[in-house]
Amino acid sequence: MWLAEGAPEGINLFIPPWSEVIISLVCLGISAIAVAKYGVPRYLKVLDARAEAIEGGLARASEAAEEIARLRQGMDVEKEAARIEAAHIREEAKADAQALIAASKAKAAEEARRIQEAAQRQIASERKAAEVSLRVDVGELATALAEKIVGEALRDNAIAGRVIDRFLADLDARSGAEKGA
Amino acid sequence: MSSTGNGLGAFLAAGEEGDTGMHMPTLDELYPDPFWTIGDWFAFNRVDLIRVVAVLGLVVLMWLGARRSALVPTRGQSTFELAIGFVHKQICEVAMSPAMARKYLPFIATIFFTVLAVNITGVLPFMNLSSNGVVALPLILAACAWIAFVAQGIKAHGAGRYLAENLLPKGAPKWMYVVLAPIEFLSTFVLRPVTLTVRLMANMIAGHFLLTAFFVMTSYLLVSGGGLIKGLGLLTAAASFVFVLFEVFVAGLQAFIFALLTSVYIGLAKEQH
Repeated sequence: MWLAEGAPEGINLFIPPWSEVIISLVCLGISAIAVAKYGVPRYLKVLDARAEAIEGGLARASEAAEEIARLRQGMDVEKEAARIEAAHIREEAKADAQALIAASKAKAAEEARRIQEAAQRQIASERKAAEVSLRVDVGELATALAEKIVGEALRDNAIAGRVIDRFLADLDARSGAEKGA
Repeated sequence: MSSTGNGLGAFLAAGEEGDTGMHMPTLDELYPDPFWTIGDWFAFNRVDLIRVVAVLGLVVLMWLGARRSALVPTRGQSTFELAIGFVHKQICEVAMSPAMARKYLPFIATIFFTVLAVNITGVLPFMNLSSNGVVALPLILAACAWIAFVAQGIKAHGAGRYLAENLLPKGAPKWMYVVLAPIEFLSTFVLRPVTLTVRLMANMIAGHFLLTAFFVMTSYLLVSGGGLIKGLGLLTAAASFVFVLFEVFVAGLQAFIFALLTSVYIGLAKEQH
């Protein structure tokens, strides 16, 4: 009954025999397993993995950018702090230097004053010593001169005699006055 | 008719007589005698064998394309991804939302690649016959498409509302529903699967006839023709080549149309409101 049937006619062309349906269903099942259960899942898996890789890469990149921005901000803050601190230190150093200079100046003035005073004292004492020594010398010279004058005078007996007489007279006058009183 | 026919008249006559050198194709070629039967309910013929070969070829190609899937694809994997990606982007995503396209991709891809694999045997040497020229597989695929879009419609809107929305288009005057409902029912629930089936089947039959006619003519003209007729044979040989390319195109196009329409029907069933 299967032999030499040829093409069906009319509407029968569109009504498949059972054996055709079975074979077609089996074929469709096989290709469904190959495409829907094997091919497509693998395709989607790779697609997702690829999207994941790209998104992950992008996320990592933006994360890194954020990190850099954060670090840069931190760095800016630190830089500002460092700048302020440096200014502080500079000001302090300036003040210290001024204090030091003032102290040195004062010390130097004091020293100068001290040295001046010592010099003045020394000068004064030296002058006193010189005065003393001068007075002594002058005394001696006067005495020597007096001696010379006196020596010469004594050689002239007349003068000496008169001096002695006058002296003795004075003495007498002085003692008479004393007796009279 | 002698093999040294005397021109076009003889050639044309040969077609009519049908028992000489040239056999023009007939529908009978799609219904050959079976070479394996079980009782009187199962028969396996050349068309079934070609269908099985096509599906096995598809299995092998799928395996070759997907066996080593990696982030950085090999050439084979790229081709495989390009093919499935085509179904994904050009067939599913044009008719559905991305999430839905992803969900229906296995189904639509199965339809596309099954139809394509079975169609392409129409131009492959030694087979030269597409099993989609017989009604079984196109009808089953159309039935699957029908079940898919009806199920999607019922799932998205509920059976009553889905039917109402399809059969009673909004904006039409109430009395028109008497006419519209049967027309809409016919067009949505009957003609859709019927056109899917017939379009694919008829295209494959026509393609087979076209190619076979050209091959037979070429062979007949070159072997049996004389003089100028042999030149005509060269012309039909060139035309055969062009039509083989055309049938390759048709095989892809029909697979594309079948899958795209299924995708659109499912997308519409979901979108309607």
